Amino acid sequence: MIQRLEKGFDPKVEGRDLIVTSADAAIGWVRKNSCWPMPMGLACCAIELMATGASRFDIARFGAEVMRFSPRQSDLMIVAGTCVYKMAGVVKRVWDQMPNPKWCIAMGACASSGGMYRSYAVVQGVDHFLPVDVYISGCPPRPEALLEGLMAIQRKIAQEKATRSMKKAGHEPGLWKPVEGPIIVRGEYAPKVKGS
Amino acid sequence: MTPQLAIDRLTVRFGDAISAPVEFRGEITITIAREKIAGVCELLKKECGFDMLTDLSGVDNYGEDPRYEVSYLVYSLVHRCHLRLKVRVSEDDLIVDSVTSVWQTANWHEREAFDMFGIRFRNHPNLKRILMWEGYPHHPLRKDFPLAGIPTELPETAVDADSVRRAPMLGGPFVANSGTRSSIRREPRQYDTIAEQQDKLANPTKKESV
Amino acid sequence: MATQHEMELIDSAARAQQAMDEGLSGEKMLINMGPQHPSTHGVLRVVLELDGEEIINVWPDIGYLHRGDEKIAENMTYTQFIPYTDRLDYIAPLANNVTYAYAVEKLLGMDVPPRCKYIRVICAELARISSHLLGIGCFSMDVGAMTIFLYTFREREKIHDLAECISGARFTTSYTRIGGLARDMPPEFAPMLRTFLKEFPATIDEVDKLLTRNRIFCERTRGIGVLPKELAIDLGVTGPCLRGSGVDWDIRKSHPYSSYEDFEFDVPVGAVGDSYDRYLVRMEEMRQSVRILQQALDHLPDGPVNSPDAKILLPDKEAVLTKMEELIHHFINVTEGVNAPPGEVYFSAENPKGELGFYIVSHGGGTPHRLKIRAPSFVNLQALPVMAKGHMMSDMVTILASVDFVMGECDR
Repeated sequence: MIQRLEKGFDPKVEGRDLIVTSADAAIGWVRKNSCWPMPMGLACCAIELMATGASRFDIARFGAEVMRFSPRQSDLMIVAGTCVYKMAGVVKRVWDQMPNPKWCIAMGACASSGGMYRSYAVVQGVDHFLPVDVYISGCPPRPEALLEGLMAIQRKIAQEKATRSMKKAGHEPGLWKPVEGPIIVRGEYAPKVKGS
Repeated sequence: MTPQLAIDRLTVRFGDAISAPVEFRGEITITIAREKIAGVCELLKKECGFDMLTDLSGVDNYGEDPRYEVSYLVYSLVHRCHLRLKVRVSEDDLIVDSVTSVWQTANWHEREAFDMFGIRFRNHPNLKRILMWEGYPHHPLRKDFPLAGIPTELPETAVDADSVRRAPMLGGPFVANSGTRSSIRREPRQYDTIAEQQDKLANPTKKESV
Repeated sequence: MATQHEMELIDSAARAQQAMDEGLSGEKMLINMGPQHPSTHGVLRVVLELDGEEIINVWPDIGYLHRGDEKIAENMTYTQFIPYTDRLDYIAPLANNVTYAYAVEKLLGMDVPPRCKYIRVICAELARISSHLLGIGCFSMDVGAMTIFLYTFREREKIHDLAECISGARFTTSYTRIGGLARDMPPEFAPMLRTFLKEFPATIDEVDKLLTRNRIFCERTRGIGVLPKELAIDLGVTGPCLRGSGVDWDIRKSHPYSSYEDFEFDVPVGAVGDSYDRYLVRMEEMRQSVRILQQALDHLPDGPVNSPDAKILLPDKEAVLTKMEELIHHFINVTEGVNAPPGEVYFSAENPKGELGFYIVSHGGGTPHRLKIRAPSFVNLQALPVMAKGHMMSDMVTILASVDFVMGECDR
């Protein structure tokens, strides 16, 4: 029965007020629509992150306007900006303080790979010390691209085997539909919206 | 007061220590002997009205001797003119007098010159690294330092676990002990006497009297 | 028979009274603020020494965004460094581009056509409005009025649209080139700018109505973070911080560049030097920028936008593809860079945050020997201990926001 159902919130409605679905799908649905980001706004990408939170691009539509600066209360760390070696220890420490489940977006070229700063002081990508889920290219990425990256994380969260990972220590959930390779979002263009 | 008048006054006082002025694109630069820089700056500020130090930077001329240069750009708000002073320092004796006593803004600029080039400043109130972390062993803007950097040990984090002192809890802010089973034990109470609280902390299993 | 003892009940209230009578003061706390903190405008770490709630001493700790720009500049040609200047003061990238272009042109000893100067003025003033909008938006958000943040960001989006129209990118534009601009103003830009200028003063008035006479805002900012005049000059502070302290100095008036002498505008100067004054200076500067923009649009001269010297600016593509000499110029310009004479220059401009200066030492050739960026935020932050002593912990946030620094240019 499980295999027949689409993973994700695909309810089979019985009567008017009964929804049957799998626990993983329900938990994934709840988690993905209330992903509270922790903006690790380091440099210029932080300004585009703020613009995404402002009224034109409105990250609140995705349930993520609660930008919690406290790591204890957030799910999603958005590393926006260049991470230098002096700051790397701080970023890692904040990441460690976030409780499971947690995900990470590397926003912008500098966070993904050091960007155009190939110099002595810059970490060439935060994935040297953080497990990054989605990389968004661009310098800085357009807010639409950040929203696309957020949606990619939402698709990933929806696919997680949440109940199984809850029983284990650490958070390395398998995915019902595994994703090939790193998820990379093109950041310079406003993505085409289906149907428009 | 123009830059030329200021230079004339300096030459009167310091003589040979001031070089001939060089002009390029409307800016005047003079080179000063290293020992006299503090005196020159004092005179410029007090008598010639150069009240603002706009910029202080180090320059590395690799291959020349003396190798380093410290360049001061002073500005007069009243007379609206700039003047550039240069001091040449050689690699073996990499120390210059600090001008923090003349213009307070030199503080961070000199720290940056120290951080990036290794130029030390005598009588500086706080000569520490400013842009790189405390224990970094190299001076990045030197010409013999590669752009991609030399692998070094990563810095300690900004807040070290050992250097943080825990706030005293006695009589202090409420501290909840999660993990104890009874909710009466878990919630903190305002104790009437210190002895009572100490007693409770010492004997956590003693039953609470109602 | 009951005995009577005399007991001393030490409860907390009695203890406090005892402490006050004896004049005991508590221990001083060292609190670390940042580098990751919602109200530090970037990665600034401030170590505070507190006596209870009162600030005794402040040590700002910078360097958490030091990317090595100056070392990178020594390895790039002058044109290749333009994108790095965008990311210095990343809130007003157009202004940095303009300043850098003028600095290199001063080194080369060349002049640009009047149309280019006027368009650069338009870019710089748009950047100023954008930066002050964000400054005031974040200032009021830190102080507690979150609505203003959303209003100012709505206006900033309009400026982003304008920047996208003129340069192709919303944000990090890299619009100017040595000797001119990347491209001329497209025809739809002028009407867009006119619409913006018509609508924008209404927003400033709205923000004004909400904040300037607001009781809470005034209580939180009046008298907080006072920077006396002489100390401001001694510390090298520039920009709205200096003008808020009462010093009438604006590079656009004292050393006019880029044809600023053609425009009529006032320079607001504060009286006391507290956060409220700095806020008022920024509000008024926005209104004056609107004035300048209006004049620039009305009197925009015609003509070429790039200087005709083909050795410095890339020649026309059609000429490159058909004529030999232009092809050679193009090749040498792109691979080796502009051939600058040996010498050193310093050029500074009135950026929204203060005086941004470029000190370029050239030993000839296409790359600079040393490029020092005199960043206004680096110098303004030195004034933090002076401004914060004696205030309460919660005023620290107000002071940081009123200085309006940005770590991209502070750490470079």
